[in-house]
Amino acid sequence: MSAISVTVNGVVHELDVSPRLLLADLLRDRLGLTGTKIGCAMGACGACTVLLDGEPVRSCLLFAVQASGRRVRTVEDLASDGELHPLARALHEHHGLQCGYCTPGMLMALVSLLEAGKPLDPKAAREAVAGNLCRCTGYEGIVDAVVEASRVAGE
Amino acid sequence: MKPAAFAYLAPESGEEALAALAEHGEAAAVLAGGQSLIPMMNLRIATPGMLIDIMRIPELCHIRRAEGWIEIGAGIRMTKAERESGVPLLMAALGHVGHPPIRNCGTVCGSVAHADPAAEVPAVLLALDGEVTLRSVRGERVVAANDFFRSYFTTAREPDELVVAVRIPDRSRRVAFLEATPRLGGSTGEFATIAIAAAADRDDGGRFSRVSLAYAGAAERAIRAGEAEAILVGSEPTPALFAAAAQAAGAAADPPADVHAGAEYRRRLVERLTRRALEELAA
Repeated sequence: MSAISVTVNGVVHELDVSPRLLLADLLRDRLGLTGTKIGCAMGACGACTVLLDGEPVRSCLLFAVQASGRRVRTVEDLASDGELHPLARALHEHHGLQCGYCTPGMLMALVSLLEAGKPLDPKAAREAVAGNLCRCTGYEGIVDAVVEASRVAGE
Repeated sequence: MKPAAFAYLAPESGEEALAALAEHGEAAAVLAGGQSLIPMMNLRIATPGMLIDIMRIPELCHIRRAEGWIEIGAGIRMTKAERESGVPLLMAALGHVGHPPIRNCGTVCGSVAHADPAAEVPAVLLALDGEVTLRSVRGERVVAANDFFRSYFTTAREPDELVVAVRIPDRSRRVAFLEATPRLGGSTGEFATIAIAAAADRDDGGRFSRVSLAYAGAAERAIRAGEAEAILVGSEPTPALFAAAAQAAGAAADPPADVHAGAEYRRRLVERLTRRALEELAA
């Protein structure tokens, strides 16, 4: 077992973990933050994307021990005061999800890009979500939502 | 699936890491960004008994420009090198490696040490006559990229050695990076079906005085097309010359066949991408 200290959504957790425990499993099984999903466990689908020190990473391709001393942010931290994050609201309004399994990963992959405040055209929006697989929506609603959220973020 | 159990070491100095490799090298794997190793462990293709995590070693986290070289330490992640390495061909190629979340973890040296024949970074290192610095308790040695890459996921690194840095000659050259991927539209983020990393110097008359053509996905390792390079040097850059060079490059390729593309199709891609890269270098 390894002793780690990791800050998740602003809360410091001191834990003993097996080195083979993936960050995604730490979040879901030990901390109960089941918003983060595991799809492929090989980095291809993007469903497990979280922020590590503010940058998106795949939590299935990172051991919990590697996150020791660092800050993790998950989808549970996006809404503030009961208000949806602007991208979450845009996805809702544009029918950018059906089953919703890929949505947390989409949000975490895009949130830092949107915070940069640069409007994205549909081509840039497609490129931005290329690393996140969705099997429901055919992407049109997602692309519309990303374009709108990037416009709102830039205002 | 979940990875098999392993012992975990996170040394805080290079010396500690080398001592651990000397003791456990055969059974241990070096963990840097983990973006190739951890998927292999999740699938249990790789089951190392120990991981030696080198990402908490400050002395490996440098990009240094000195004595005619740009050196990139083993702790430098791709995102940082993409922004700050000052090597234009590497920066262009890194935009094609995985997606941003992958590049936020993965390292330049890790990709070199992993030696996937379809990966972009080894082809870039080969095109730019780069070198790999290996260190062990026995000492340090520097290996030219062309001698470092051996075959599929196989390099000149000994089990007790750590890739501590790669270095690239600090010279201004014209460069081009082009990649064909399985998904139509040339989406980034996928392994290359074929990629070309090219660099050239031109004389006052616009002729190539030096050309480097390197390929990913074209053989069991990243390769150079030496014969094509020789055809190009000193001649008037014409479409006929480019066609002859492209044909020679295609002949140098020994591509694999898989679900994405047959060998002959890959060879045609080598030819097509070579012509397009040469047009960019000559423009």
